[in-house]
Amino acid sequence: MSDQGSSAASGIIAKGLSCERGGRRVFEGVDFAVAPGAALLLRGPNGSGKTSLLRMIAGFLEPPEGRLTWNGRPFGEVDDEAGDDPARIAFVGHLDAVKRALSVAENLAFWAGLYGGGGGGVNQALDRLGIGHLAELPARFLSAGQRRRLGLARLMVTPAALWLLDEPTVTLDEASVAAVEALIAEHRDGGGMVMVATHAEMAIPGAAVLTLGAAR
Amino acid sequence: MHRFASPTFFMRYSAAILPWAVRLTAALIAIGLYLALFVAPPDYQQGESVRIMFVHVPSAWMALFVYTGMAVASAMALIWKHPLSDIAARASAPIGACFTFMALVTGSLWGKPMWGTWWVWDARLTSMLVLLFLYLGYMALADAFDDPARGAKAAAILALVGFVNVPIIKFSVDWWNTLHQPASVVKLGGPAIHLSMLAPLLIMVAGFTSFYVAVLIMRMRTEIVVAKLRSLQMARVERRS
Amino acid sequence: MSAFWCLVRRDLRLAYRRGGDSVNVVIFFLLTVTLFPFGVGPETAILMRIAPGVIWVVALLAAMLSLDRLFRGDFDDGSLDLMILGPLPLEMTVLAKCLAHWLTTGLPLVIASPLLAVLLAMDGEGFTTLIGTMLLGTPVLSLIGAIGAALTVSLRSGGVLISLLVLPLYIPVLIFGVGAVDAAVYGLAARPHILVLGAMLIVALPLCPWASAAALRLSVE
Repeated sequence: MSDQGSSAASGIIAKGLSCERGGRRVFEGVDFAVAPGAALLLRGPNGSGKTSLLRMIAGFLEPPEGRLTWNGRPFGEVDDEAGDDPARIAFVGHLDAVKRALSVAENLAFWAGLYGGGGGGVNQALDRLGIGHLAELPARFLSAGQRRRLGLARLMVTPAALWLLDEPTVTLDEASVAAVEALIAEHRDGGGMVMVATHAEMAIPGAAVLTLGAAR
Repeated sequence: MHRFASPTFFMRYSAAILPWAVRLTAALIAIGLYLALFVAPPDYQQGESVRIMFVHVPSAWMALFVYTGMAVASAMALIWKHPLSDIAARASAPIGACFTFMALVTGSLWGKPMWGTWWVWDARLTSMLVLLFLYLGYMALADAFDDPARGAKAAAILALVGFVNVPIIKFSVDWWNTLHQPASVVKLGGPAIHLSMLAPLLIMVAGFTSFYVAVLIMRMRTEIVVAKLRSLQMARVERRS
Repeated sequence: MSAFWCLVRRDLRLAYRRGGDSVNVVIFFLLTVTLFPFGVGPETAILMRIAPGVIWVVALLAAMLSLDRLFRGDFDDGSLDLMILGPLPLEMTVLAKCLAHWLTTGLPLVIASPLLAVLLAMDGEGFTTLIGTMLLGTPVLSLIGAIGAALTVSLRSGGVLISLLVLPLYIPVLIFGVGAVDAAVYGLAARPHILVLGAMLIVALPLCPWASAAALRLSVE
């Protein structure tokens, strides 16, 4: 836990994080560490703060207490790390950020363009998630599962060191879940980090587990 | 700084200050009103109605002073995350709004004998009216949020934006007024202030300021108690579930 | 920079596909201005006198009515979260969205304004000044409005509240916009007014996105 100096403190280290939402203390004293190539599963009942923790790491919330460091440096402002610093974060939350008036391909191309388009091609990403055949379809015709996959396809076109996934497999069928698990494995092989909040059973080998809401 | 930032510390020392603030307010306003109503001479042009100035001018100053205070508190809340600051800002708003309203009403009353109408789009009164809208907007925004802390922060941003705009609005309204009233109209300031008028004016200003401090302390104390009550209620709900 | 234009293009494409937005704004503009002759009578002398003020006030209201959708769509579907996380600074994101908003709301108003000037019998002297001041002023309206939209985006019913927040801040733009046109119509110098409007635009360009970005970060907490 207290190994700042030795392992070059790479990856993410959190100590004593707490969270307050609407005057209520959701969690406190949360510690964890995620090294490059590692994965962390967040578990816990509804309302235990899994989403809040992910949003905190993404930088949307500030923890009232505790420290969060990335490679030894404090997180600070989220867009501090913009530019070609690979400490970029990819976030897939409950909402899919899909515009109904745009086609599937246009939706993905937008995110690729906004994030600098350094990732793999749009069509490749759509194919990996099994929605390549829907590329020209206006997104309003997608089913919930297809929308989810479009949201997840973003992971392939927006390169990031850390993936934060909040219930990624909701509404997905088995084949899609397997595709997501494969994506996660590839990302970890490349030195990336993954934090997944999920109720489902996902095949993520060697993932540490952090259970929130346990000490209630 | 942080020692003064704790609500408990505030509750303790404000409990000591409050009675004195109330007494000071009563004394200053009593003296001020006596001087204003009985001692200060009537204006050669406006007669007795100039006495409204002793309420109107301090109200107008306070309206602006309180808004400045809100802006400063908002800046402290946003930049240094001082916990009492956003309580102070939100507590100040209705007080400032009342001062603004009072300035408008007394301005209108003062103007009636001069202009013959209850309202005239005089530069000062118009600026005061816009200031009232800034106050009302602030209060509406702060109340619109379910979570009072977020409401306070959003309102803080609005207060700072409004504060930056106050001189711009004042400048624009003054310009607009000169465009449309090229003939010089008797302005609500009156001629240069003589000492016999200055003393009651300053005492009234001091009294109003003391009033503001007293009421602000009362409102902040209430706000802190309400926040505590809310968190106790939440804790009770938690334990039951 | 290409991320900036990517966002502008997307917002324009969305506005175009949704249809209606720009057209509705212009129709509202036309309709509301048309109400005035019904209200004050069709006498040319009166209409001519109030024309610049009416056109500016209604343009202001039309701009304001479209503010709610500036950020709400992105907030509701989670796109805003991703924009905050992205490499484009949030202030630039706001600027991009304001630009797209102006192109779909302000610019149509500018183009429609001469037509309305004709309807209200405005003196020909004022036409160019009207268009010029609206070209300078409507972007300021979008920028200031963005602050109000950003502050209220997380509220369920932001609509009326935005008006309350934003209208007092619009007053200086209104004063100088109308002042310039009035000056032109009466053969006086419109330049001081136009310079002030220009100054407002220059000051609003960096400051409004900054305040809006702060408000947006607050909204996604």
